[in-house]
Amino acid sequence: MTGLLRADEGENAKTSRSGANEAKSRIASFTRDAALVLDCGVSLDPFSIAYQAYGSLNAEKSNAILVCHALTGDQHVANAHPVTGKAGWWETIIGPGKPVDTNRYFVICSNILGGCMGSTGPTSINPVSGKPYGLDFPVITISDMVNAQARLVTSLGIDSLFCVIGGSMGGMQVLEWAAMYKDRVFAAMPIATAARHSSQNIAFHEVGRQAVMADPNWRAGRYLEEGVMPAKGLAVARMAAHITYLSDKALHQKFGRKLQNRPTVSFGFDADFQVESYLRHQGATFVDRFDANSYLYITRAMDYFDVAADHGGVLAKAFTGSKTRFCVISFTSDWLYPTRESRRIVHALNAVAANVSFVEIESDKGHDAFLLEEPELFATVSGFLKSAAEKRGIAPTRVSDATDA
Amino acid sequence: MLNRPPSAGAAATTRVDLLLIAEMVRAGARVLDVGCGAGELLKLLEDTKNVDGRGVEISQSGVNFCVAKGLSVVQGDADRDLINYPDGAFDYAILSQTLQATQRPKYVLEELLRIGRHAIVSFPNFGNWRIRMQLLVEGKMPVTPNLPEAWYLSPNIHFCTIKDFLDLCDEVGADVEQQVALNAYGRRLNGVPLFLQNIIGEQAVFLLTRKPR
Repeated sequence: MTGLLRADEGENAKTSRSGANEAKSRIASFTRDAALVLDCGVSLDPFSIAYQAYGSLNAEKSNAILVCHALTGDQHVANAHPVTGKAGWWETIIGPGKPVDTNRYFVICSNILGGCMGSTGPTSINPVSGKPYGLDFPVITISDMVNAQARLVTSLGIDSLFCVIGGSMGGMQVLEWAAMYKDRVFAAMPIATAARHSSQNIAFHEVGRQAVMADPNWRAGRYLEEGVMPAKGLAVARMAAHITYLSDKALHQKFGRKLQNRPTVSFGFDADFQVESYLRHQGATFVDRFDANSYLYITRAMDYFDVAADHGGVLAKAFTGSKTRFCVISFTSDWLYPTRESRRIVHALNAVAANVSFVEIESDKGHDAFLLEEPELFATVSGFLKSAAEKRGIAPTRVSDATDA
Repeated sequence: MLNRPPSAGAAATTRVDLLLIAEMVRAGARVLDVGCGAGELLKLLEDTKNVDGRGVEISQSGVNFCVAKGLSVVQGDADRDLINYPDGAFDYAILSQTLQATQRPKYVLEELLRIGRHAIVSFPNFGNWRIRMQLLVEGKMPVTPNLPEAWYLSPNIHFCTIKDFLDLCDEVGADVEQQVALNAYGRRLNGVPLFLQNIIGEQAVFLLTRKPR
């Protein structure tokens, strides 16, 4: 195994183990020589990116896959979450022998810039004040997140990624990677996503942000210093958002009008209905693992996202000359990022004669389908990656590797 | 709608039809297969001609099947979605056994000639004697091994004969570089006069280019 970077070896001098919440994550720190100039004009220095890695980088450094997480995801994509103890958010699809086969590929997943699981974000200490940034953290964009990831990838000695994969906001990062770093992305899988936020997308996010900011404990973003948490506001934001991740049908099939542990309605404002109880639970558990200001910043980054806007209003121009192999995936019941948005991406890619596959998967699970056991999703990811790996000359999984795992 | 006729009886013939198309394609070319079905032709072209191949298929199951096999295929409709491709993006735009299932065959052919430097079109010949006989003798819409569905189930809405197709080529300004008719046994009808090809031929394959303006 000499010459190969293994995920479990802390070879990189810049990496170190961090505190309790990120116990298992490695942290790449970047200082002055690698300062990040953000879209808003602010230069972020220093900054850190927390990440997880799985599998081994091959000698040619050609088998690295970057997985980009969604709004409330994090780097714990294929290992138990250090806070919740739950399985990694995409453990069904990433692992030895799985569609994203860690016996064959070196998989990296980093906490986005602005996140709250070890990467620099509003909870980090502002070097100027010595206090948490709070609202002094600069407003970030999806391309800022991608630029930060690119620094991480470079620091790992990887010039070109085999594939960048992500769903929802992760898919936005995939598109931004493909647009900004054409030569560094061999294949790209944007899943359940859009090349811009629609008015409705922005509207839902604004409801969430207003809920956070309406919580008296938000304290104009200074809650960490004051030792309080805007838990109620953040929980309401999560509840509203959670509805958008599910389809009407999935929600009704699961809960219908069933009552929660009671024979009849209470003529009060308790959680009479199971769906209310479920949403309250979703809200309550979310606040244990997510920072309210991070939620504001990340939703803002998504709202600002519009790939075409950076290219004279023509989406196709973002991909002119791209040699990347694309596989765009959408789900029939996803009304948050509906198929028509994926089709818009596909049409733009067609317009520059890019290499693109487009699969719409029949599912009644809504937007969240991309996180769930969907056999057709797995077959698509697996088939696309295998074929692309062949084109890139990545050696197939060896039997010895397979048995190692 | 763009699925190839699934008839088992036509399997041997279809095979010849695909091989014939593959023969017409230059090695290493950029190819768009419109109505690529389950991807047999794309796979054949990638395996034997090392093409940079893409497909368009209307049925979602066909698309998903192709992508899972590692082919680059998008879900789309020949009648509506070809407009997204730039002029001359491909060396060959192929329409295999699909023309008769399109809403606007003339428009689709024009689009093929715009997107591809060459177009390759194959279709069942409605001038074939069996079809003529069924109409003449039985007075009913023909059902053949190659066209197995009853008229009310058939996805094929715009049948044509070899002669009809030649007229259409003329109409849209296409030069016929190569024209091959196949009989029921998949044998090429080389050296057979056109009127006989139009009677014996069960399928036809055309290699076209757009006439310079």
